[in-house]
Amino acid sequence: MDSCNCIEPQWPPDDLLMKYQYISDFFIALAYFSIPLELIYFVKKSAVFPYRWVLVQFGAFIVLCGATHLINLWTFTMHSRTVAMVMATAKVFTAAVSCITALMLVHIIPDLLSVKTRELFLKNKAAELDREMGLIRTQEETGRHVRMLTHEIRSTLDRHTILKTTLVELGRTLALEECALWMPTRTGLELQLSYTLRQQNPVGYTVPIHLPVINQVFSSSHAVKISPNCPVASIHPSGKYTPGEVVAVRVPLLHLSNFQINDWPELSTKRYALMVLMLPLDSARHWHVHELELVEVVADQVAVALSHAAILEESMRARDLLMEQNVALDLARREAETAVRARNDFLAVMNHEMRTPMHAIIALSSLLQETELTPEQRLMVETILKSSNLLSTLINDVLDLSRLEDGSLQLDLGTFNLCAVFKEVLNLIKPIASVKKLHVSLNLAPDLPEYAVGDEKRLMQTILNVVGNAVKFSKDGSISITAFVAKAELLRDSQTTEFFPVPGDNHFYLRVQVKDSGIGVSPQDIPKLFTKFAQTQSTAIRNSGGGGLGLAICKRFVNLMEGHIWIESEGLGKGCTAIFMVKLGIPERLNESELAFMPKVPPNHGPTAFPGLKVLVMDENGVSRKVTKGLLVHLGCDVTMVSSSEECLRVVSNEHKVVFMDACAPGMDGYEIAVCIHEKFTKRHERPIIVALTGNTDKVTKENCMRVGMDGVILKPVSLDKMRSVLSDLLEHRVLFEAI
Amino acid sequence: MDLVQLQRQLVEYRTSLYHEGFLDEQYTQLQELQDENNPDFVVEVVSLFFEDSERLLNELTKALEQQSIDFKRVDAHVHQLKGSSSSIGAQRVQKVCIAFRNYCEEQNVEGCLKCLQQVRHEYSLVKTKLESMFQLEQQILSAGGSIPM
Repeated sequence: MDSCNCIEPQWPPDDLLMKYQYISDFFIALAYFSIPLELIYFVKKSAVFPYRWVLVQFGAFIVLCGATHLINLWTFTMHSRTVAMVMATAKVFTAAVSCITALMLVHIIPDLLSVKTRELFLKNKAAELDREMGLIRTQEETGRHVRMLTHEIRSTLDRHTILKTTLVELGRTLALEECALWMPTRTGLELQLSYTLRQQNPVGYTVPIHLPVINQVFSSSHAVKISPNCPVASIHPSGKYTPGEVVAVRVPLLHLSNFQINDWPELSTKRYALMVLMLPLDSARHWHVHELELVEVVADQVAVALSHAAILEESMRARDLLMEQNVALDLARREAETAVRARNDFLAVMNHEMRTPMHAIIALSSLLQETELTPEQRLMVETILKSSNLLSTLINDVLDLSRLEDGSLQLDLGTFNLCAVFKEVLNLIKPIASVKKLHVSLNLAPDLPEYAVGDEKRLMQTILNVVGNAVKFSKDGSISITAFVAKAELLRDSQTTEFFPVPGDNHFYLRVQVKDSGIGVSPQDIPKLFTKFAQTQSTAIRNSGGGGLGLAICKRFVNLMEGHIWIESEGLGKGCTAIFMVKLGIPERLNESELAFMPKVPPNHGPTAFPGLKVLVMDENGVSRKVTKGLLVHLGCDVTMVSSSEECLRVVSNEHKVVFMDACAPGMDGYEIAVCIHEKFTKRHERPIIVALTGNTDKVTKENCMRVGMDGVILKPVSLDKMRSVLSDLLEHRVLFEAI
Repeated sequence: MDLVQLQRQLVEYRTSLYHEGFLDEQYTQLQELQDENNPDFVVEVVSLFFEDSERLLNELTKALEQQSIDFKRVDAHVHQLKGSSSSIGAQRVQKVCIAFRNYCEEQNVEGCLKCLQQVRHEYSLVKTKLESMFQLEQQILSAGGSIPM
């Protein structure tokens, strides 16, 4: 023991104290060794520990500390240098590690602390996000509810279903206590409780419409919170129940009255219904913004759905009406058709029935005229004849008119002499005119074509009617008939606004003006003149003769001829001018000879229609041969008779113009003769015309005749007129395959 | 007898012939063919008819008496008779001829014989009638009148 600079005196090692120190060191070492083990164990257990190497450091530090204390155990007693060395080394290491560790902690601990704060922050954030998620989900669900509600509302077009569904779905979505709909009454002064959610049959509460709270709701398009105590919210029959928060929204109505459509909607008067929604009182819920929005959206959708329903109802009503009208029209059409058919049938029957006796009367009267009669008898017969002619004309007119109206009348077109028509009219009218001391003048324009193509008979009828009218209604004075070709400038007359004639190459427009100085027509009566049977005061005087059909028929004829007819008059007593224009065709100039035949200035009345025409008659039967000869001789022909085919072939020559042969005799082949004649005369103009006389009406005979080259077939017995017309046709056309 | 009375009688008689079907329009046609150039046309034709018909009737009787009847020949004769009668307008004779021809086609002997008898009957009737009518006409002509149409 060296002297030392200790404050206290040196002290030799005491056994007890040494023992305590010894034990303590031992335990310390133990502890120091076990702590790292524990640390390692637990850290291995935990997954997350960021500072492992710190742990190592700590472990090293503790282990060395423990080692130091352990080694200290040997230093209590006398120890060798080695132990001291080890001790020293251990202490040195321990010191080093401790210092490093201490320095390390300065860095590490702030980090550790900041980790903790971050953790806290994130936790807060997570909580916040959770809340927001909750909100979004709620909103989405609300949106889904709105869509579903809308779908439910719009899926039906029945008004009651719409409203009921709205209430039910809203109640379900928003978990309402009660939901009610107040509709305006017809007077518009009150609101009536129409639908509720919970109560099935709402008693007819009414509330005056001009309450301030209701005005407030109606004036805003948003859902408005109202007090639970206001009258619209107290719908429970007992009256004791008060609901939670109440919201009201307006629903625009696009029709005028409660569920009954009277007219089409007018948008000028805006009427609203009131929808009231009540939350349950005990849920302490409040109306959220999104719920209010939901309610507004639903209210709009309901309004739209209601207007659709209204439109549908209206359109269905209109459709039903149309269907009814359709059915009625159909019925009317069928009735009309039946009527027309009945009329046509009637006319057809009456026509026949009327004409037969008429024919008998006229025929027998004219026959009677030809016999010897006393003057009184003659007068009587003439009157009968005239009256029956008039009647016959009327019957024909009626039939014509109905045929004209049906459109079934067709013009008989043919080439005719235009001037002759006018002359004939003049001839017919002259006697009557001269009796009335009227002067009739006819002026035909020089450029008027001599021949025209059209319906001669009806044109004459028209001219005759017009001129006849002129004569009928003039007491004195003169009548002038002018006819000329209408020029292009004149075609566009102010009178004829609907009439647009088109000038062309092969047709022309004939314009005829008949001017009289008679009693005239007042301007307002002019349109009525052409309507059938219509008679005005002046026309009643005019039509004292016949019925009112003449001008109507003329108009129709003129229309058929693609023309126009009208009457001009300056008034009563100033005469009138009837003007008409018709379209006539210009005949082709090919066959001048044909035209020479055309005017049927009939050569039929003279006995010698075909003077000197050489004819050959072949007939086995003596009697019919003689009759045929008689016929032809009567017509002036030079007849040669043969009784057999051989004789016929022998006698026939190119002088004979026509050969008549009996073709129905069995055993005599008239056909062969025809063939032989064809062979004999090769040139067409030399060969006589071959005509078969047969009693067979069938097609086979006709075909056979045509096949062998016969020019015509006539059915026996042949009358004089038939023979006459047959011969004239044959000579014109060299072919005749009718007369059967 | 009075001329007028005669004429009236003729007209009545003629009308009755038409009415009873002995004559038809063909006869009227024949009358139309009679004029100054052919003053006796009708009488001539009718006489020819009488001759022709008698000949044909005899032929027919002979043909139908044969053992084996030649229907074709019979048919030919009947056809001739039909033609003649229709040419002058002897309507009833013509009608019987048509029936006669049908029986010929069927080769029905009974029918043919029956028709022959009918034809004879009708022919004699119409002959008598026409002869009476011609007699009346002669009387009128000899009385100086004209024959009413």
